[in-house]
Amino acid sequence: MSKSDKLIEVKDLRVSVEETEILKGINLSIHEGEVHAIMGPNGSGKSTLANVIAGRPGYSVTGGDIVYKGQSLLEVEPEIRARSGIFLAFQYPVELPGVRTWQFLKSAIDAVRKENGEDELSVREFDQLLEEKRNLVEMDPDLVKRSVNEGFSGGEKKRNEILQLALLDPSLALLDETDSGLDIDALRIVSHGVNVFKSPEKSVLIVTHYQRILDYITPDFVHVLVDGRIVRSGDSKLALELEEKGYEWVRESVGEEVNS
Amino acid sequence: MQDTITIADQYQEDFQDLCATLPEWSSEFRNEAMLIFKQIGLPVHRKGNEKWKYTSARPIAEPQYSLATFEEVDLDTIKKAAPWHDSWLNVVFVNGQYQGTFSSDTSPAIQVSNIASDDFPQDIVESIGGIMDYSDDGFAAWNSAFMSDGSIISVPDGENSGLVINLIFFNQGVPGTVNHPRVLVTSGKKSSVNVIENYVGGGEDNTLTNSVSEIYVGEGSTVNHYRLMSETDHTYDVGYGRVKIGTGGRFNSRAFFRGSGIGRYDLNVLVDGENASCDLQGLYFTSGNQHMDNFINIDHLKPHCQSNLFYKGILDGKSRAVFGGTVLVRKEAQKTDSIQSDKNLILSPDAEVDSKPALFIYADDVKCAHGATAGNIDADTVFYMRSRGVDLETASRLIIYGFAGEVIDKVEIEELRAYLEEAFLTSLPSHRFEF
Ligand SMILES: Nc1ncnc2c1ncn2[C@@H]1O[C@H](COP(=O)(O)OP(=O)(O)O)[C@@H](O)[C@H]1O
Ligand SMILES: [Mg+2]
Repeated sequence: MSKSDKLIEVKDLRVSVEETEILKGINLSIHEGEVHAIMGPNGSGKSTLANVIAGRPGYSVTGGDIVYKGQSLLEVEPEIRARSGIFLAFQYPVELPGVRTWQFLKSAIDAVRKENGEDELSVREFDQLLEEKRNLVEMDPDLVKRSVNEGFSGGEKKRNEILQLALLDPSLALLDETDSGLDIDALRIVSHGVNVFKSPEKSVLIVTHYQRILDYITPDFVHVLVDGRIVRSGDSKLALELEEKGYEWVRESVGEEVNS
Repeated sequence: MQDTITIADQYQEDFQDLCATLPEWSSEFRNEAMLIFKQIGLPVHRKGNEKWKYTSARPIAEPQYSLATFEEVDLDTIKKAAPWHDSWLNVVFVNGQYQGTFSSDTSPAIQVSNIASDDFPQDIVESIGGIMDYSDDGFAAWNSAFMSDGSIISVPDGENSGLVINLIFFNQGVPGTVNHPRVLVTSGKKSSVNVIENYVGGGEDNTLTNSVSEIYVGEGSTVNHYRLMSETDHTYDVGYGRVKIGTGGRFNSRAFFRGSGIGRYDLNVLVDGENASCDLQGLYFTSGNQHMDNFINIDHLKPHCQSNLFYKGILDGKSRAVFGGTVLVRKEAQKTDSIQSDKNLILSPDAEVDSKPALFIYADDVKCAHGATAGNIDADTVFYMRSRGVDLETASRLIIYGFAGEVIDKVEIEELRAYLEEAFLTSLPSHRFEF
């Protein structure tokens, strides 16, 4: 597995929001084809990490670097990151009143294609692609005619995120709590979408509070994030151990390490 | 600065000249209005003036205007300034005067006549001024005294051909001129009609368009009314809409404001028959130093009626918008169902909106709601779109289009909707945000 190319490397990353340090030196390397999971209690900085990789404004990177496909991302605009293959499925997908889902998805896919020197899709080509991916996430055909996420249920919003993942077909999928608030059926559909996306060239970073989604998408590596630091890394067994013993367990054992 | 008396007095001579040229039937009506105009002048004093609380009429009242007359213009210029479709009944007024050569032949189904001619239907003359109470409104009195031309639309009972009557009031922008368009619509029982009023044109110097429209929505009939205002920044545009809805009648209004230096639309709807309803929607886009005032009143007089008031504004530059929306539910108007909202998207830190929705309820069994919002483009929204590869400019354009689209999408006349998408949406700015 380590023979494949390194897709992204987070090096000693420090991030603050309004003078408060949230990420306190994160190191993480993801190779092509790998699935990583980041677990941790609420407020530990999981979303911050995913957002900073995607380029969300409002965070200041005070130290370290993020190197993606061999180049630093720090100065790169979010839309350029997206076009070069970084995709963030939002913890809280945003509603876009009056912006038709169809129009939005086509704008997105055309922007990505243009960056890669490809022609815009014709309406026909796009409709075909959309139909295929919509079936993958079992989304109601009426939803793509509506405004993006407006009046969608929680599960529909998350499925819409996976639909976008499938359409844009990035290199790195960052899934921020995509499992939260889903019933078993929706969880199965969403996981199926991610598993279809997975391939030897594609990488996934799953951010989650619970182990549940990892029953459906098996991670190669699990990292535990507590208070802005990765305190433990392991294979998929770590997730189960965490589920069993709770976050207090890592907190305590970390405390011991720090103290000793 | 002029006091009340001299504002009207300076137009006395014009008034006499005008009366000499116009049909006899109207002179009594005009004389009365002129008398009131002289008494009350224009609403330049703002103290205690609730109607003009957030808009100063002073810059509008200050110049001494001459009455606009027709000057050479070609039809293409007019077609460029307003929506036009050959299947519509297009009626063109230039500087307030009817232009037969530019206008469609009248329809056999619906009588459309111009006020200055003698062939208007005498039986509805009474309706002129019937719901435009100008006793405390100088601009309306001024219009009533000076209306030199305009359109009378009379829809017979049961007429449902779906005809679109497109009234174009084109202002050539001759410096220092005023024109006073007048419109009267009466719809017969169980009829329906579409009327578009366009106030367009203007030039590089101050002009004033001061219009009054009266619309009587007959029993069980539907009037779909569209009002487009798109003039240069040097024009002032004061317009009145007075509407009375009979039993089971329906009034749908869509107002689109794109320009004029100071614009004001005073719309008053009397919901005056059981099971009547009105749906008033509007979209205003102000930029530069523009000022737009929507002053809307809905008066529920009878039980079992509905009203919907839904306006949206997009503000840019140093512009200012005012939304005064008042719904009055009288004691007799039980089971009224009324909602109103005004939403504003503010693109520039120097733009400002005063949004004042109000509700006065004197009946006890009603369902009413109102609200207003004003906000900037949301940073999370923009980031969401950018994270999908959409650049900042496209993202902001999609958001602004989406915001405006909520009103434009509901325009049922396909050609008009296409026109609005083209003329309105493409004039909206994009990329005004620093994140
Ligand atoms: N934009 C922000 N402004 C202020 N505080 C923030 C912001 N984003 C995150 N934080 C703070 O940073 C910490 C980590 O948040 P987050 O990354 O959302 O954690 P998680 O996703 O693990 O629950 C929290 O204490 C949160 O309050
Ligand atoms: Mg989170």
